[in-house]
Amino acid sequence: MKFKIYRFNPDVDAKPYTQEYDVDVQPGMMLLAALLKIKDEQDETLSFRRSCGEGVCGSDGMNINGTNGLACVTPVAELKQPVEINPLPGIPVIRDLIVDMEQFYQNYRDVKPYLIVNDPMPEVELPQTPEQRERLDGLYECILCACCSTQCPSFWWNPDKFMGPAALLQASRFIEDSRDQATAERLADLEGPFKLFRCHTIMNCVEVCPKGLNPTKAIGNIKKRMVARTL
Amino acid sequence: MADIKRRQFDSLIIGAGGGGLRAALQLAQADASVAVVSKVFPTRSHTVAAQGGMNAALANVLPDNWHWHMFDTVKGSDYLGDQDAIEYMCRAAPKAVYELEHFGVPFSRLDNGSIYQRPFGGQSQNFGGEQAARTCAAADRTGHAILHSLYQQNIRAKTHFFDEYFAVDLLKDEEGQVLGALAFNIHDGEPVIIEAKTTLMATGGAGQLYRTTTNALINTGDGMAMALRAGVPLQDMEFFQFHPTGIAGHGMLITEGARGEGGYLVNADGERLMERYAPKAKDLASRDVVSRAIATEVREGRGCGDGNHVMLKLDHLGEDVIQKRLPGIRQTCITFLGIDPAEAPIPVFPTAHYTMGGIPTNRYGQVVVPVKDTPEEPVTGLYAAGECACVSVHGANRLGGNSLLDILVFGRAAANHIIEHLGEHRYHKPMDENSIEQAMQRLNRWQQTGEGESVSALRTELKAVMEEHCSVFRNEQVMRHGVEKIEALAKRLDDVRIGDQSNIFNTARVEALELENLMNCGLATMHSAYAREESRGAHSRIDFPERDDKQWMRHSLYSLENGLDYKPVRTKPISVDSFPPKPRVY
Repeated sequence: MKFKIYRFNPDVDAKPYTQEYDVDVQPGMMLLAALLKIKDEQDETLSFRRSCGEGVCGSDGMNINGTNGLACVTPVAELKQPVEINPLPGIPVIRDLIVDMEQFYQNYRDVKPYLIVNDPMPEVELPQTPEQRERLDGLYECILCACCSTQCPSFWWNPDKFMGPAALLQASRFIEDSRDQATAERLADLEGPFKLFRCHTIMNCVEVCPKGLNPTKAIGNIKKRMVARTL
Repeated sequence: MADIKRRQFDSLIIGAGGGGLRAALQLAQADASVAVVSKVFPTRSHTVAAQGGMNAALANVLPDNWHWHMFDTVKGSDYLGDQDAIEYMCRAAPKAVYELEHFGVPFSRLDNGSIYQRPFGGQSQNFGGEQAARTCAAADRTGHAILHSLYQQNIRAKTHFFDEYFAVDLLKDEEGQVLGALAFNIHDGEPVIIEAKTTLMATGGAGQLYRTTTNALINTGDGMAMALRAGVPLQDMEFFQFHPTGIAGHGMLITEGARGEGGYLVNADGERLMERYAPKAKDLASRDVVSRAIATEVREGRGCGDGNHVMLKLDHLGEDVIQKRLPGIRQTCITFLGIDPAEAPIPVFPTAHYTMGGIPTNRYGQVVVPVKDTPEEPVTGLYAAGECACVSVHGANRLGGNSLLDILVFGRAAANHIIEHLGEHRYHKPMDENSIEQAMQRLNRWQQTGEGESVSALRTELKAVMEEHCSVFRNEQVMRHGVEKIEALAKRLDDVRIGDQSNIFNTARVEALELENLMNCGLATMHSAYAREESRGAHSRIDFPERDDKQWMRHSLYSLENGLDYKPVRTKPISVDSFPPKPRVY
């Protein structure tokens, strides 16, 4: 199977180029296995992040035939040849398929992605009904792979102003949590034309999320809460 | 070595999984300056892959108390666990869970609003009675929920993170006190000396020793090997857990929670096989017991399909239960097998999963080594917690749900002891320049170019040797060959070369350093296993099928300089009576 892979090492390359590889693929093989095969058998300089190999750690997000996804849960059999592999778009490349995620992480940190409870904690768990807990399904599972944010045109244009779908999904995860006591501040923090409202519901994020999450819906829910608050 | 960049902190933590992050949070909240060095961004750490849950006797579903949990853990350890540490852990468990809940972990809930708990293997009420339900769960993504919440709280506490830095070796003064570590920034290759009054190893396990494993590619035993090279022996490395239900041929984990929710194993005859091996606990017997049962079924010709696996049946649970309680493994099965467990059974086989052994510590997380007649003398300034450590709460076999508990309880305990230590040791000490030079040599060794073997070729051989010679069933001959082969492989490490000499995100260099670490762990595992002439927990010798408490109720210690040594099990708990060894029946 033929692969065309983005290569760039600022140490040695004046500019990025595409390198072709031919890999003997087996049935059921995932893209990550094919990349590891290239690295092990053909070219140890090919660089990419990887860890769990089963879609839970979020390391190996990349652009596969034009669409962001995790290499470890993308079967090669479903890919059109030659498979074009590029780094996640719109953010700086460090080397080959490894991108600089700092802005993405900064936006994540900026939404205060942690439970805030101001009251003294009880000796046991804070109570939460199964229904209240269900509101977190589809929100808490985010693995921070950045597939969504780096497929979002609004994020491409204003990565330092628009929080991006991943960070907003996190914001929603805490806004929806019945235990959290900072809802008002969280909503206030997202006011203004950019942070939240640059989402134009293009829905690329929903299409590419490898965990099947729906950031657009989460963003919509935040907007609804903001409106309800001002009424 | 004056030109190497230096950073100074009160406390250094190597590893950003659950153990490292729990400790970091405790330290940051105590106003200690704390640096966390991790070769991956914290939420990529392998804690994220833990599925089924965390044990604590909350009694939210069925009656329970910490003492029953303690009994089950001692029995599960096949009486190799240290009972003071086990008592400490089981008593601390409920508080550890409530703390996590307060940190924001989205545990699944019961109708009354309390935390959901499910039955897991090896759990009983009343010291070996009816099945207990002790495992607190966030669906089957408990590790993800815990790791993300801990990272989030560390963001709030302003912990210093050195993300994508690789720790090379520990640094010491002339007396041997540990004063930090040499690391390098993977982004640009620049080395940095991190000076710290205490160093906590929280680097996880060595599951990449095996070809088929549930473990992430990053689980290369880095901290264990760093300790070995610093002269600390590794304890009980022969005890490597094979999880009964890895996806056959692939290795992805299917949580024990699948059986906790009512799933069961069947062989080619459609027989519910565990009824024969564990008439009472059946599919919820200890992991070593279930793994041996599956391996035996396959060996005796009752395997399914090509004869090399058995089936885990879940479809009778109904789609609702599966989607609510086991959504993660359902997705994994659909992705990797094209099988929906709500409709068809999952092919499974025992798969390398957990390193019971590791860096020896006491229950305060202090690393301990034998000095003259004292078997456990603390190494000043050095701590370890989690899978890289051996407290030992798991002994010869870990119970499902006890590893998340281990990392949280002992990550916290180590941090508390570190805080005390910091109160008594207010100033940084000067490092021994030789120690820095040695660590730099290890790093610079990979600048040698020219002809040589490749990292991947040697690594592939190492994994094959471990799988063939140190697996579920072992005997003298198989392991003798294993020892010979791995010694030969270790010698060949000197001939390995990497062609990639770039300083920019050089993953080939990282993999070379990881291979060295794996090789050290492999040597420790194989030698310790070869020497232990009995069957206990996960170490199952066909030629010595019985447990031998007279000779072998003792911990193995393997060091690079002196080979094997042994020390007694701490059989005395803190406040209750010991559980004396008994035949282990489920």
